[in-house]
Amino acid sequence: MIRPIPVKLIEDVARELTARAAIDIPPDYREGVRRARDAEQNRLARFVLDQMLENWEIASADRRPMCADTGLPRYYARVGNEAVIEGGFVALERALRRATAEATAAIPLRPNRVHPLTRADHDNNVGAHAPEVTYAFEPGRDFIDLTTVHKGGLFGSDYRMLFPADGVGGLKRFFVDTLVQFGKRGLACQPAVMGVGIGGAKDTCVRLGKEAACLRAVGSRNPDPAIARLEEELTALGNYVGIGAMGFAGTSLVVATHVEVAFTHTGGMPVGIHSFCLSSRRATARLHPDGRVEFRTDPEWFTDYYRRETIE
Amino acid sequence: MSAIARLDDVAMDVVHLTAPVSDADIAQLKLGDVVYLDGLLYTAREGVYRKVVDEGRGLPAGLAAMTNVNFHCSPAAAVRADGSYAMEAVTATASFRFGKSMSRWFAASGARVIVGKAGLTELAYREWFVPHGAIYLTTVGYGLGATYGRAIKRVVDVHWLAELGIAQALWVLEVERLGPFLVEGDREGRSLFALANREINLRLGEIYAGLPRYAQSRIGETTPEDEIV
Repeated sequence: MIRPIPVKLIEDVARELTARAAIDIPPDYREGVRRARDAEQNRLARFVLDQMLENWEIASADRRPMCADTGLPRYYARVGNEAVIEGGFVALERALRRATAEATAAIPLRPNRVHPLTRADHDNNVGAHAPEVTYAFEPGRDFIDLTTVHKGGLFGSDYRMLFPADGVGGLKRFFVDTLVQFGKRGLACQPAVMGVGIGGAKDTCVRLGKEAACLRAVGSRNPDPAIARLEEELTALGNYVGIGAMGFAGTSLVVATHVEVAFTHTGGMPVGIHSFCLSSRRATARLHPDGRVEFRTDPEWFTDYYRRETIE
Repeated sequence: MSAIARLDDVAMDVVHLTAPVSDADIAQLKLGDVVYLDGLLYTAREGVYRKVVDEGRGLPAGLAAMTNVNFHCSPAAAVRADGSYAMEAVTATASFRFGKSMSRWFAASGARVIVGKAGLTELAYREWFVPHGAIYLTTVGYGLGATYGRAIKRVVDVHWLAELGIAQALWVLEVERLGPFLVEGDREGRSLFALANREINLRLGEIYAGLPRYAQSRIGETTPEDEIV
């Protein structure tokens, strides 16, 4: 009999993850920005990146949020197929909502979540469909990997239905369109991790692009060599556009590009593009049935099982 | 006065301002100067603008005499159990969304310095800022939440908290060396971002020459022949 993962532990870990995500920049992203800074020749863009690097040090030293725009705090739960949750998934979701509200007041975070029409704010980042919880599963595991992501979202994301005739060239054009549209004046708070979701249904590519931006560490490559090459080409193209940090001329627009694909309609090639910004906030913990918790900064969301293509 | 025609001309001189900021201090700011601010400022964004500009309500009594600096911001803040306020980080929200309100906002609020994100167009500065003697400072990053948060010495007051919520309420803050900001819109209505965009646009022709046109325009676009390049 497998021991259930205590729901109290899930709530405590979610609160801690929320604080870590808000305060501590993941080192893979920080080093990516440091490399962008070292390569950047534009004086203003360099100044911006130096300030960002210092901001992250202050955030960690003072234990205060790196950015006051909390974005939309949300969770990703990768649940082992053998894992048992005390009280079930409903208990897990209730724990995540409580943790979000408590952490919002305790850290504090900006209560960003409002009703879209009345603009009513519960002042706790909880409401209808907030925070979102996205699930994935993993065979042969008895733990939960819980990740929280705080991503802004007003600028830097776009969706477009491309067609087979567009091919990779059209994809690159849409990528550049998105970068230029949101890169000027630094609207997307770049340099960013660009996530590109290609294929599936409309919602699939938007979801995959977001997960590619937020749930893969800088330095990771798609296991498909052709897609990994495309990732490198898109990064190089993005940094050749001529826009730097905050929209000053320069070369620091893209820290990394992550591409994920889903099988799609034979007549179309939908694409979703997302930018994970200069406050790329994510934190992950693995919760074991024996109560052990391991914190880390790489969500390791894209597993071989998650990317599977065939009948098993 | 300004010989700044290109980004390379920007001197990035460091300037310390004290709020309320005098007309003389405003007049001497050059594009790209690095600004630090002392004194009082207040946050105001959509909710406050709706009250002051759309509903014609004045700023809270006495505020205009205390400061003329409006931060387009909502803080990461909370009300503690004892009624005091916790505020650890502040960052700006994109300012162009307030564009069409700005002229009436300046008239109603007496603000002369806007601190925000991403600036406005030179047309907006000329039409809405220059007649009121106002300038625009952009935050840096974006997202120096911790750096700016450290400079907050005190939450002096908060208005319309119950009606607007924490994110949209008007917070009056006492700050010490809050910055760095960059002068984005100067007293003559010039824009640092406009300079940058002109340089970026020079290159875009070459970038787009290497990219194919889309197989189809987006269905629903009303100007299919007018691709934004």
